[in-house]
Amino acid sequence: MEFSDLIRTRRAQAKLLRGPEAPPLRGTLCLTGHHLLLSPGPQATSELWLLLLRSVDSIEKRVASDSGTITLRCKDLRVLQLEIEGVEASLDIARSIEALSSLESVITSFPFFYRPKGLRLGDAWHFHPPERYYKRVARETNAWRLSEVNEDFSVCPSYPRAVIVPRSVDDGALARSARFRQGGRFPVLSYHHAPSGTVLVRSSQPLTGPQKRRCAEDEELLRAVLAGARPGARGFIVDTRSSQAAKQARMTGGGTEAKAAYPGWKRLHRPLERGQPLQESFVRLVEACGDLQQSTDSWLRRLEGCCWLAHVKEALSTACLAAQGMEREGACILVHGAEGTDSTLLVTSLAQLILDPLSRTMAGFQELVEREWIQAGHPFQLRCAHSAFSHARPKHEAPTFLLFLDCVWQLGRQFPLSLEFGEGLLLALFEHAYASPFGTFLCNSERERCLCEVRTRTHSLWSGLNQPKEQRKLRNPLYAPNPLAIWPSVELQSLRLWQGLFLRWIRPPEPSEVAWEKVWQIVTDKEKTKLSQPTVSASEPQL
Amino acid sequence: MRYGLWMQATFISEKKYTLLLEGVKVENVRLVDRISSKKAALGTLYLTATHVIFVENAPDTRKETWILHSQISTIEKQATAATGCPLLIRCKNFQLLQLIIPQERDCHDVYISLIRLARPVKYEELYCFSFNPKLDKEEREQGWMLIDLSEEYKRMGLPNNYWQLSDVNRDYRVCDSYPTELYVPKSATAHIIVGSSKFRSRRRFPALSYYYRDNHASICRSSQPLSGFSARCLEDEQMLQAIRKANPGSDFIYVVDTRPKLNAMANRAAGKGYENEDNYSNIKFQFIGIENIHVMRNSLQKMLEVCELKSPSMSDFLWGLENSGWLRHIKAIMDAGIFIAKAVSEEGVSVLVHCSDGWDRTAQVCSVASLLLDPHYRTLKGFMVLIEKDWISFGHKFNHRYGNLDGDPKEISPVIDQFIECVWQLMEQFPCAFEFNERFLIHIQHHIYSCQFGNLLCNSQKERQELRIQERTYSLWAHLWKNRADYMNPLFRDDHSQTRGTLRLPTTPCNFLYKFWSGMYNRFEKGLQPRQSVTDYLMAVKEETQQLEEEREALEERLEKIQKVQLNHTKVKAKQSEPSKHSGFSTSDNSTANTPQDYSGNMKSFPSRSPSQGDEDSALILTQDNLKSSDPDLSANSDQESGVEDLSCRSPSGGECAPSEDSGKDRDSDEAVFLTA
Repeated sequence: MEFSDLIRTRRAQAKLLRGPEAPPLRGTLCLTGHHLLLSPGPQATSELWLLLLRSVDSIEKRVASDSGTITLRCKDLRVLQLEIEGVEASLDIARSIEALSSLESVITSFPFFYRPKGLRLGDAWHFHPPERYYKRVARETNAWRLSEVNEDFSVCPSYPRAVIVPRSVDDGALARSARFRQGGRFPVLSYHHAPSGTVLVRSSQPLTGPQKRRCAEDEELLRAVLAGARPGARGFIVDTRSSQAAKQARMTGGGTEAKAAYPGWKRLHRPLERGQPLQESFVRLVEACGDLQQSTDSWLRRLEGCCWLAHVKEALSTACLAAQGMEREGACILVHGAEGTDSTLLVTSLAQLILDPLSRTMAGFQELVEREWIQAGHPFQLRCAHSAFSHARPKHEAPTFLLFLDCVWQLGRQFPLSLEFGEGLLLALFEHAYASPFGTFLCNSERERCLCEVRTRTHSLWSGLNQPKEQRKLRNPLYAPNPLAIWPSVELQSLRLWQGLFLRWIRPPEPSEVAWEKVWQIVTDKEKTKLSQPTVSASEPQL
Repeated sequence: MRYGLWMQATFISEKKYTLLLEGVKVENVRLVDRISSKKAALGTLYLTATHVIFVENAPDTRKETWILHSQISTIEKQATAATGCPLLIRCKNFQLLQLIIPQERDCHDVYISLIRLARPVKYEELYCFSFNPKLDKEEREQGWMLIDLSEEYKRMGLPNNYWQLSDVNRDYRVCDSYPTELYVPKSATAHIIVGSSKFRSRRRFPALSYYYRDNHASICRSSQPLSGFSARCLEDEQMLQAIRKANPGSDFIYVVDTRPKLNAMANRAAGKGYENEDNYSNIKFQFIGIENIHVMRNSLQKMLEVCELKSPSMSDFLWGLENSGWLRHIKAIMDAGIFIAKAVSEEGVSVLVHCSDGWDRTAQVCSVASLLLDPHYRTLKGFMVLIEKDWISFGHKFNHRYGNLDGDPKEISPVIDQFIECVWQLMEQFPCAFEFNERFLIHIQHHIYSCQFGNLLCNSQKERQELRIQERTYSLWAHLWKNRADYMNPLFRDDHSQTRGTLRLPTTPCNFLYKFWSGMYNRFEKGLQPRQSVTDYLMAVKEETQQLEEEREALEERLEKIQKVQLNHTKVKAKQSEPSKHSGFSTSDNSTANTPQDYSGNMKSFPSRSPSQGDEDSALILTQDNLKSSDPDLSANSDQESGVEDLSCRSPSGGECAPSEDSGKDRDSDEAVFLTA
C-alpha cells in the first residue's frame, strides 16, 4: 500500500490555533505519510510546526462558504484547530488525516522510517535488558535461576525469552505450570527485596475452572518460592479482583488458588478498576478538564463522578500493601488478576518504586518500565490505540499505564526529593506510549516485536531520552538519593489531580515553567560555586 | 487531680516557665491520633493560665503538645467508654485533639475549666498581656514602628494633585471604626465628607484604599448607602463625583457592591441598600455575589466536617467538598478582586467597593485586588502592610470575627482566613510571584487566633488606642520579620516580567485552579502532607551556596596573602574542592519517608505491627518543624528532647498487634491473616 493513495490533497493555506494562550500560526499546510506540517511564510520568524499523524485521536470537520475548520484532538490531550482555505481542500485533508492516523500496520508506522541525526540504529536496545537484573538476582540469592524455557515464545507468548524462576523447578514443570495459567503466564520473579530476603512474584490467574482443577507443578513452583526466601517466610497472594469476580471467573475457566492446595500462601483481594470502566473514567476526566464554562461546584462534581482519583488511591494502596507485606512482614507476595498484564503490572512496578531506591533513579526507572511493562507483556498497542477523545467504540483500550504514571507522579509530589526524574519524563512516557517516533512502545509483546524486527529497524526511546539535550527537561534538580522506602499517604487530602498532564494544554504553562527555571538556577548556582572553590594545599605554611 | 503549685522544670524551657505557676494536672490521659485510631499516647495533661499541655510518658521523647486557650474553638464531652471519658477539643487553627481521661470527674473538671479559660471576658485576660518575649522597651517600640502606613501612602505617591490626607476623622469624630488618617479626593471638602458619612452605614464614608500611580485610577471603600427605596444625599453624590474627578483619565467610576443582589435589595427595606445609577452621575453599578458571614461560617463548618470523616471514600470527600461550597466562595472573592484589578489597571477606571458595613467582604476584595495590582504587596513586608492597611486600620472586627473574647457566636466568621486562602491559591498558580511562602500564611492565620500579639486585637483602631495596645503588648510584624528567614520563598523572582506589575490571570474561567488547601486545614495531620519540603530544601541549597561563596572569598583572600608573603616556598594551587559537608539537609529529609500508613482502608485487615503514623517518625517531622519554626507556640507538638539521631530509625517499633475481629467479608480469602502473625 502506498501512502500517496490515501493523501487526497497535499497542500493548503491554513491558520492553526493552539489553545487560548498560544498565538495562532499561519502558513502552508502540508500532508505527508506520517506528518502534518505547517510551514509559515518566508517572512515569519517562527519555525516549522510538525505533528505526528499517529497522535491524532479524533478529527472533526466543519465547513463554511469558502473555508473549513478541522479540530484535531490528539492523544496527548492537546486540542488543535486548523482553519483551511477552500472547502474541498479542507475536506480532503480531513479525510486524509483520518485515514492516515488510523493505519493499523506496525511495519509501515513512522518508527520504521524515523532516522534521527546523532542516533545509530540498534544502539540502545540493550540499554535496559531485564536479563541483567535477573542475573544479578540469581547471583545474589542462589535460589533463583534464569530459564530459557520461553526461548521461542511457545510456552508463554506474552513473556520475554528470559524469565527468572526458582532454581529448584525445572523447565518441564514450568511448561506444565504455564498450561495451568491463563495465557501461559506462570509465576515468575518480579522483584527481589534484599533487605528482607523476600520476593515479589507475578503471574496470571490459575485455570481452576468450575471443577477446581489443581496443578502439582504450579503448587510446587509456589512452594519453591517460599522455600527460596528467608526461612519461615509466608506468602500472600494479592488478587487484584474482588473475591466475587474471582469466583465468577471459575465459570469461564479461570479462578483463584485454593487455600488447601497452596500451604503457606494466603489470599487477599484488592479490586482494582481495569479495562473499559478505567477507560471511561479517563474519558470523563478529560471531558471535565476541557469544559471551561462550568462552575466550581460542577467541576468538583465531575471530578468526583469520573472516579479517576479513586483509582489512583486504590492502585497506590494496593502497591503499598504488597510492599508493606514484604518489607514489614517479611512475606513473599504473588500478584495477579486475570490476564496478569494490566493491574498486576501496575501493582508490582509501583511496589518496587516504593521499596527500591535504585528504581527511583533515571536509569533505574527506565529499566523498571522496560522490564515490568514492555518486556512483561503489557499490550501497549491494544491499550493505547486510542486516548480519551476517540469516537471509535473502545475495544481493548485502557489507560493502565497512564494510571501507573499518575501514581508515580503522586509519589513524586509527596517525596519531591526522592525521584531522580521529574514530571517531564512521565509526560514523555505518556506521549510516547500513545504515539511515538520510537519503536519502544510498539506491539503487544516481545514476541510481536521480534516478528516485526522492531529492535533492528527502529530506534529506542531510551536512546532518544538519554541524549544530553533532553536531560534538563527530564531530570529532577532536587534529587537527593534516599536509601529508604518511601511510604506515600493515600488519604484523599494527599492525592491531587495531576494538573501537569490533564490540564497541560489548558492552563497557562508559563508560571510553572518560570518556577522550574528558578529551581534549576538555584541548584546549578550551588554546583558552580562548589566547582569554583579553590583549595589551599596541605603544605601551606603557617602564616 | 491535684491542684496547686507545681513546676515541671525538666521538660519546659525557661521561656515558658513563668506561665506554669499554677495549674491543673491529670495523669494517665491518652491522646488519640485522629488518623490511625490504633495509636494512643499515654501522658499527663496540664492546664495553665494560658495553655493546655499534654506531655507523653514515653521516656525517650516526652513529646509535648501545647494548645493555647485562645485557639480552642469547641470542647465536646463524649459518652464515657470503658477506657475513660473522651474529651474532644477543636481548635481554630484546625487542630483536633481527642483526649481520654480515666476518671469521669476529672474529665468534667477539665471540661469546666477549659470552657471558662477558652472564653475570656476581658481583653486583659488575653495571652498578649502576659506574653513576654524578653525584649527591652526600646526593641518593643521599634517593633511597633516596623510597619508604618503613612510611609505606605507615600510609596503609592500620595499626597498629590488629586488626593490629600484628611484630618476630618481626628479623634474619631466622624467614624469610630475608621482610622484617624485617611486619604480623600482633594475636591472633597470636610462638609462633603461629613455629609456623605451621615448617608453611609456606620458612617463609613468613601475613603482611599489603593492608588494606582501609573494611571491615577484608585480603589476606594465605604459601607452601603442609607438609600432605602428613594433617599438621596447630595454630599454623598458629590463625594463619588470627587472620586471620579480624582482620576482625570476616566469619565466614570465603577461602584462594586460585593453582596448578592438579593441581599442588597433586602437591605433597602431596612433603610439601607445600594446606589441608584440615576442619582449618581457617571457611575457604573455592579453586584458581585459574595455571600455573608453566616453562609461562610457554615461553609467552613461543613468543609471541616468532611475533613473529619472517618475513612471516607474519594467520592464522599469530593462530594462533601463541593457541598460545603467553600471553593465556590473563595472563587467569588477572587473574581471580585480580579474584576477590580482589571478595571483599575486595564481600563484605568476608579472603583468604589462596599458591602454592608464595608469591613468584611470589602476588606477581602480590596486586599485581593491590591495584591494582584502591586508587586510590593507580594513581598514579605508589603504583605504585612496590606493587612495593616485594609484590615487593621479600616476596622475589621477581629475580636468579633475570631471570637477572641466571649461574645455572640453569630459574629464569628472566617473572613480573613478566606483572604489568606485566596493568597495561597494565587501562590499555587504563580509559584515565583511571592516573596513569602506557605508557612508565612499559616503562621499569620495562627496568630489571628493566638492573641499572643496586640496587632490583631479589638474591633477598631480606636479600641486599640484606648487599651494602649502598643504600650502593653508586642507587635506580630516585628516577630515575623525577625524570623523572616523561615518565611522566604526560594522561587521568588522579582526580576521576571511575569511577576512584575499586575499578575495576569488566565482569561478563561479556570475552576480547576481552586484547590483544597490541605496544608492549612490538615496542617496537624503531618502524615497527609508531602514528606519532603521543596521550600526548605531550596532554602538550604541557597544558604549553602552563600556559605560556599563566603568561604571562597575568605580562601581567596588568604591565598593572596600567602602568595605575597612566601612567593617561593609555598606550593599553592587552586583545585577543585571536595564537596564540603554542610548542614546535612539531604539526609535528614529522607528519614521521614520511612513510615507506611495503614493501607488496608476500612477493612482493618492489614497488619499494624509497623508504627503506622508511628511516634518516632511523626515526632521527627514535628521536630524538624519546630526547629524551623522559631515560634514555640506554633508547634503544637513540641519535642525538645528527641534529637536527630532517631530520625533514621529503620526498624518497625516492635510492639504487639492487636488482633481485630474477622471482617467476615470473605471467608475464603484471608483478610485478617497478617494480624495473627
